[in-house]
Amino acid sequence: MDDFFKPSRRSFLRGSAAIAAGTVAGAASAEGADPLITELQDWASYTGVGVDETPYGMPIRFESDVVRRNVEWLTASPISSINFTPIHALEGTITPQGCAFERHHSGAIELTKDDFRLMINGLVDKPLVFSYSDLERLPRENHVYFCECAANTGMEWAGAQLNGAQFTHGMIHNMEYTGVPLRTLLREAGLEAAGDLSDKWVYVEGADASSNGRSIPMEKALDDVLVAFKANGEALRMEHGYPVRLVVPGWEGNLWVKWLRRVEVTDMAVGSREETSKYTDLYEDGIARKWTWVMDAKSVITSPSPQMPITHGAGPLVISGLAWSGHGQITRVDVSKDGGITWETARLGKQGDTKALTRFYLDTDWTGDPMLLQSRAIDETGYVQPTKNQLRDVRGENAVYHNNCIQTWFVNEEGIAENVEVS
Amino acid sequence: MSKSPNLLVPALGGAALVLGLAYGISSREYGAETINSLQARVEQVEANAALASANAQQGAAEVDRLQSELEAVQLTAGTATDLTAPAPVIDGGYGIGRLALEEELAAWNVDVLPDGRGLPEGRGDVFTGEEVFVEKCASCHGDFAEGIGNWPVLAGGFDTLGNKDPVKTVGSYWPYLSTAWDYINRSMPFGEAGTLTADETYAIVAYILYSNDMVDDDFELSRDNFTDVEMYNSEGFVVDDRPELEYAQWRTEPCMIDCKPSVEITMRATFLDVTPEGGGDSVMNEASTDDSPVFAATSDAADDGTAESNTAGVDPALIAAGEGAFRQCKTCHEVGEGATNRTGPVLNGMLGRTMGTVDGFRYSGVFQEATAAGTVWTEENLAAFLADPRGMMAGTKMSFRGVRDEADIAALIAYLQSIGD
Repeated sequence: MDDFFKPSRRSFLRGSAAIAAGTVAGAASAEGADPLITELQDWASYTGVGVDETPYGMPIRFESDVVRRNVEWLTASPISSINFTPIHALEGTITPQGCAFERHHSGAIELTKDDFRLMINGLVDKPLVFSYSDLERLPRENHVYFCECAANTGMEWAGAQLNGAQFTHGMIHNMEYTGVPLRTLLREAGLEAAGDLSDKWVYVEGADASSNGRSIPMEKALDDVLVAFKANGEALRMEHGYPVRLVVPGWEGNLWVKWLRRVEVTDMAVGSREETSKYTDLYEDGIARKWTWVMDAKSVITSPSPQMPITHGAGPLVISGLAWSGHGQITRVDVSKDGGITWETARLGKQGDTKALTRFYLDTDWTGDPMLLQSRAIDETGYVQPTKNQLRDVRGENAVYHNNCIQTWFVNEEGIAENVEVS
Repeated sequence: MSKSPNLLVPALGGAALVLGLAYGISSREYGAETINSLQARVEQVEANAALASANAQQGAAEVDRLQSELEAVQLTAGTATDLTAPAPVIDGGYGIGRLALEEELAAWNVDVLPDGRGLPEGRGDVFTGEEVFVEKCASCHGDFAEGIGNWPVLAGGFDTLGNKDPVKTVGSYWPYLSTAWDYINRSMPFGEAGTLTADETYAIVAYILYSNDMVDDDFELSRDNFTDVEMYNSEGFVVDDRPELEYAQWRTEPCMIDCKPSVEITMRATFLDVTPEGGGDSVMNEASTDDSPVFAATSDAADDGTAESNTAGVDPALIAAGEGAFRQCKTCHEVGEGATNRTGPVLNGMLGRTMGTVDGFRYSGVFQEATAAGTVWTEENLAAFLADPRGMMAGTKMSFRGVRDEADIAALIAYLQSIGD
C-alpha cells in the first residue's frame, strides 16, 4: 500500500535538487521550473489507500522520529524509569497520547475495565467500592491540564547536561481529561465521619505492583482533582493508567496516581515512600522540604532548540515555545535573544487555560548572528520564572525536583542550537 | 496585574476593556500611533490638573454608562449566557457504588501511618532479617544494603545531607520507620510485590536498621517496640517554604532592557562525561556539541564483541531486534563479558546448556528437577518458557508475565543465541 505514496527515486532526486537550488536563490526566484509542480506525480495520478486500511491510524511513517525517548543512565531499569515527550517536534498545546511521557515505578500494567475496582475508605460514613461502569454514571467534567514530573529539568541542576528540549523539559504532557470530580466520589461515601475537613487528607493509591501512594490535603481533593477515564477524547493509554487515573491539576506528576484503586480519608499524611524518601527537596542547609506539590511557572523554547536547528538561514524566523504554571494561567511570556540583556514580550497562541500549557511565539527576523535564546514565563499571580542562579541562591545544587529555571539555547551562525548556561 | 503600558495588551480583562472603550480604543491591536496618542492624552490630562476632579467624576459616570451598554450588547448577542457548569453534586449523593466488605478493606487498607497505626501483629530479628534480605533483596540492594548499580542504597550516608552529593538512605534521610515497613510490605521485592509475610517484613526492617548501625545484632522489631525506634533525620523536614523564600521576591515586574551588561557562556552541555559505562546505546551519546546533533529513535545493532558463535545464517536485524526486546529482561538478567548473577542467572551460552546450571545461582525447585533430569535449553522450550514462564515451569522464581509477541520471542532467541559463553 505504501508504494502508492512513495515517490520514485528519480523524481525524489529531481525534487531535492530543485529545493537545494531554491535555497541558494532565495524565496524570490527559482532557477528553473520545479518538477514537483510541472511534472505529473505518482500521488496525483494513482489512487491511495482505502478507508478500511487503517482502523486506528498512526502517524505517517515520515514522522517516525517524533517519539518518546529514554535516557538509559538515569535509572537502574526501564521498568522503573521515565521517558521524554518529543516536545521539540510538537506544536500547539495538546500532547498526543502516543508520545506523552511515561513514568512507571513497576512497569505499565494491563488492567481491564471489568477488573477495575476503586475503593473509598477511611474516615467516611460508608466505605464504598466503585466499578468502572459506576464511574460512567456520575456527572463528569472536561478540562485541559498539564502533567509535569517533579524531576523535569532535574538533571540540569549541576549544569547544562542534555542537548535537547525533549530531554531537558520533556517530562510533561498536556491533555484534555474527562472524568468525575473526586469530591463527587467522596460525597457518595459521606464525609460526616471526617468531622472538621481542614486538617484531613486523602491517601490515593494505584493498583500496580509499586502500589504508588500519595497524601493530598482534603482542600485540594475537594477542589479540582479529577478521577479521569478519558484523555484527548479516547480511553487512557495503558502507560498512562488505563482505565482510570487521578488528575491533580497544577501539582507534580507523581500525585497523578495511575490505575487508581483506593482513596482513603485520613487524619494525617501517610508519609509514604514517594512523599518522604522521594519527591522531597534537600536544600544546601541539609534540611529537606516536604509537601512541595505545586509546579511553579516555567517555559522553554521548543524551536529553535538542539533537536530543531534553524535550517533556512537568516530572515523571518518563528521562535516557538511552551509555558505553564501550576498556580493558574500564563499571562505573559518574554523572550530574549541575547541571554537576558533585552527582552521582548511574546505573542500567546491563545489565552492560557488554567494549569495547562500555553503556546507562545516570537515572530522575528534573524540576522544570522549567534543568539542566546531564553524565555521567561509570568503567571496570573505575577510570579516571574527565575534564572538558574536565582534558584541556586535559595536552594543550592543538591535539589533534584522542581527546577523551573530559565533555559538558554546557544544558536550559532549556522543555526545549530546547544544547551548552555550563561552568566 | 501590572500597570506598565506594554503589559496592557495581554492583560485586557472586562474592566480594562470598558476603560479602553472610554478612551476610544476599540481594538486589542495597539499600534505605535495609538500609544503615541495615548501618551499625548496623558500629558494633556496632566496639564489640565485643575479639571481633574470634574473629569474623574465625569469619567466614572461614563464608565458606568458604557458598562451597562456593554452588558446590554452582550445579552443581545447571546454571548453573556454561559451554559457551562461544574458537575453537579446532590444532597445524599447519587447512590452509586456498593458498600465495601470487611475482608475487602482488610486486603487493601494496609498502609501504615507514621505513628504506627496500621501495623499488623508480628516480629522479626536482625539475624532472620539478614537471611531474608540476602535471599530476596540483596540482588539489587547488595548484601549490606549498599546498593548495586543504580539501585537504591539503603544504609549509611549519615552527615552527608548538607554535602555536594548527599547520600539519602533509610538511615540518613527517611524521617519515619513506618515508611520502610509500609513500602517493603506493599511494593517489595521488585517483581514480587505483596508476597512477604508480616514477620518477614519486620525482620527485613530490623536488618536495615542494623545495616545502618541503628540497632544491635540481637535486636528484634515488633509492633510493640516499633515506635520506640528513633530516626536520625526525623527533624530534617520542613513544609514547603517557597511562598516565603521565593514567591515573595519573584512576584515583581521584570527588567526588559539593559538587564545586565554582558552575557557569557559559562557551561556547555557535557552529557558525554556523565554517561556511565554500560549506558552506551543511549541516543544522547550520538549528539555532539560541535556538529548538528543527530538523534535516532532506536539504538544501532550491538557490536560490543559479545557476538561470537551461533550467528551464522541468523538475520543481524533479528538479533538487533532481540537486543532491543531484551531490555525488559535486563532488570534481572545480565549477558556478555563480565556478566554476574542478579535476581536471575547470567544468560550467556544458554541455548544447548542443561537447565539450572549457572554457577552460583540459587534455582527454584522446578529448575533443580530439570537439572537432575538433564533437560537442555532448546529453541522450542525457550520459546514456550518466554511465552508463559509460570505455565511451563510452575514454581519458577522468575516473576515475569511472559512475552506476548511471537516476533519478540523469535528475536530474543536469536539474540540469546548470538551470545557466546
